[in-house]
Amino acid sequence: MLEQLNSRVFRLPSLASLRKMQTLSRREMKNGLLFLSPWLFGFVAFTFLPMLATLFFSFLNLRITDGIFSTPKFVGFENYATLWKDPQAGINPMEWFSSKTPSSLLITIKFGLIALPIGIFAPLGLALLMNNKYLKGQFIFRSLFYMPFIVPFVASIFLWGGMLNSETGWINRVLFFLGVPKENLPLWANDVNTVYPTYVIMGIWGIGNAMLIMLAGLQGVPTELYDAANVDGANAWATFWNITFPMISPVIFYNLVLDIVGLFQYFLVPLVVNSGTGSPGGATMFYNLYLYKTFFTFQNMSYGSTLAWFLFLVILLITIILFSTAKYWVYYAGEARS
Amino acid sequence: MNKKIRNGLNTTFITLIVLSLLVIFLSPFAFMMVTSLKTREQISVVGAPIWPAAQPKYTYNGKEVDVYTVPMSQCAGFDTNSKATKNLAITKKGRQESTFIDPNDLAHGEFVCQVSWRALDRPWIFSPTWQNYVEVWNTIPNGYWRLLGNTTFYAVITMIGTVISCILVAYGFARFRFPGRDFLFIVLISTIFLPGAVTIIPTYSFWQKLGLVGTWYPLIVPHFFANAYNVFLFRQYFMTLPRELDESAMMDGASPLRILWSILIPQSYPVIIAVVVFHIVFAWNDYFGPLIYLSTAKQNWPISVALSSYNGIYGQQPQLIQAGAMMALLLPVILFFVAQRFFVQGIVITGVEK
Repeated sequence: MLEQLNSRVFRLPSLASLRKMQTLSRREMKNGLLFLSPWLFGFVAFTFLPMLATLFFSFLNLRITDGIFSTPKFVGFENYATLWKDPQAGINPMEWFSSKTPSSLLITIKFGLIALPIGIFAPLGLALLMNNKYLKGQFIFRSLFYMPFIVPFVASIFLWGGMLNSETGWINRVLFFLGVPKENLPLWANDVNTVYPTYVIMGIWGIGNAMLIMLAGLQGVPTELYDAANVDGANAWATFWNITFPMISPVIFYNLVLDIVGLFQYFLVPLVVNSGTGSPGGATMFYNLYLYKTFFTFQNMSYGSTLAWFLFLVILLITIILFSTAKYWVYYAGEARS
Repeated sequence: MNKKIRNGLNTTFITLIVLSLLVIFLSPFAFMMVTSLKTREQISVVGAPIWPAAQPKYTYNGKEVDVYTVPMSQCAGFDTNSKATKNLAITKKGRQESTFIDPNDLAHGEFVCQVSWRALDRPWIFSPTWQNYVEVWNTIPNGYWRLLGNTTFYAVITMIGTVISCILVAYGFARFRFPGRDFLFIVLISTIFLPGAVTIIPTYSFWQKLGLVGTWYPLIVPHFFANAYNVFLFRQYFMTLPRELDESAMMDGASPLRILWSILIPQSYPVIIAVVVFHIVFAWNDYFGPLIYLSTAKQNWPISVALSSYNGIYGQQPQLIQAGAMMALLLPVILFFVAQRFFVQGIVITGVEK
């Protein structure tokens, strides 16, 4: 920041214009902060102070027993030491494959390896299909593919609970019809091997949102660019990678970031579908589910706070890494890349 | 001509692919619809058809009798080589022979067939019932109208708050340069990545201290102070808009608010309408927030919490649960199809050649 200021001073010829410049930038700062103020206030009140309180809790041994808070005592890093050794949280990669209790962090990462690529390419593929000039009835298709996203979360869980019922659900009826023997029909949410695909299927149903954002991005690409590529004789593949992808890269970046955030905060689906017990075989005890159970079921506020702070640091780290790669592949028309 | 044929083939091919994807994609709706129209009796019978059906009865001489599918070759007075079957009402059940009457041919009178009634199947006739919807309407907590009112209130109030506050904040981030701006933006973004748990306990205690748990305030007030998701989306969009127009307006002495109102917002309808639709969906789907803040205040429940509670009571009756799910999603889906026109129009405006 200082360097910027210095170089600006050296470039300016006269003192008068320097003073004018400073007034301008001071006014710009005042206006900028004024527009930011709703968020600044909300951030301090609803995020920053509660976060500090949570951090504070993680150095205490605060529990609630029968609705009564324990007398808080400062315990230093004791909760963090417990976290390091806790096989259920499983933050120590050395013990991921030797521990008997499945690691919640590993569960979250494993699920992400399946769910994240699908979470980007399924809506992108669908948006490209919707944007295809040969498709008739785009308007109605777009609406209908978006529609499941409108369905209230609880309703969609009950719907899929019925569809994937191993006895009466339509999916297994179709599999049976296709020749899968009755005893080999999947148990879906009740089987360790099929529970993640089950969640992914339920998740794919809600891709309408991401599809629409990507579609809006695709339709925002200026047609002159395609006309120019056409004149140059570029094929579809080259056009996609040299025009479409760079132009919609902010949208893809946005969706990728949101998906990763969603992954680490994933817990409502296992909470409702598998009653938050981690069944089958502990495979659905996602990190964030473990965290919420520590808070709300076991009422261990201090250890829950510790889990929360670790989760926050992990997510922050991934975010910083992602944003540092953005300048290599994300393109903004308005602001010059520097 | 050749090109015309090729275009036609491409159109057919692409449209068919998308259409079959769509059929698979929407099949859960068909499942829900079909299940919600079944009777409780049909659900409990193994081997019942997947479409809503009932086993018919026939009133004969003031008595309700069952209907069976009978091979006509076994019946006295019919062709013994016939492969035909008929749905007949049984008047006398027997192990060796049973007596039937044909509801479509009463003039023929009763006749005897050489069949055991136990070996016969009862036919299924297509017969949807709306009774499940009536039952859900009457038995869902608070009643259906109240739930819709609660949910709509929550969605609309928070939508207004979030659109106004997020546009202002996004404008501040997108168009003003000042020391610390990029740092503040990183802070804003990190709130997206913030697990809700890292703030929930102190926040909950705060609202509890004010005596507002069980009211709408904890759910509504934060939406008037912008949220990172929508600020991020608005800011990304504003940044793709060229700066030349607002710079020349600034030269002409327009105030920042004026520039936002007259130059940026008119170019941003697609993203504004998108945020409106997305937010209403979010508020409608919101389950966890109302669950923790309103679970003790039943009169304020939105439909998501009420439906979940309903599933706790009637979970063993899928026909009621699917009818309840149908009633929960009907209004937002209708609303969406009405609003979709504006939404797509917004996308098309930016999509056509500028």
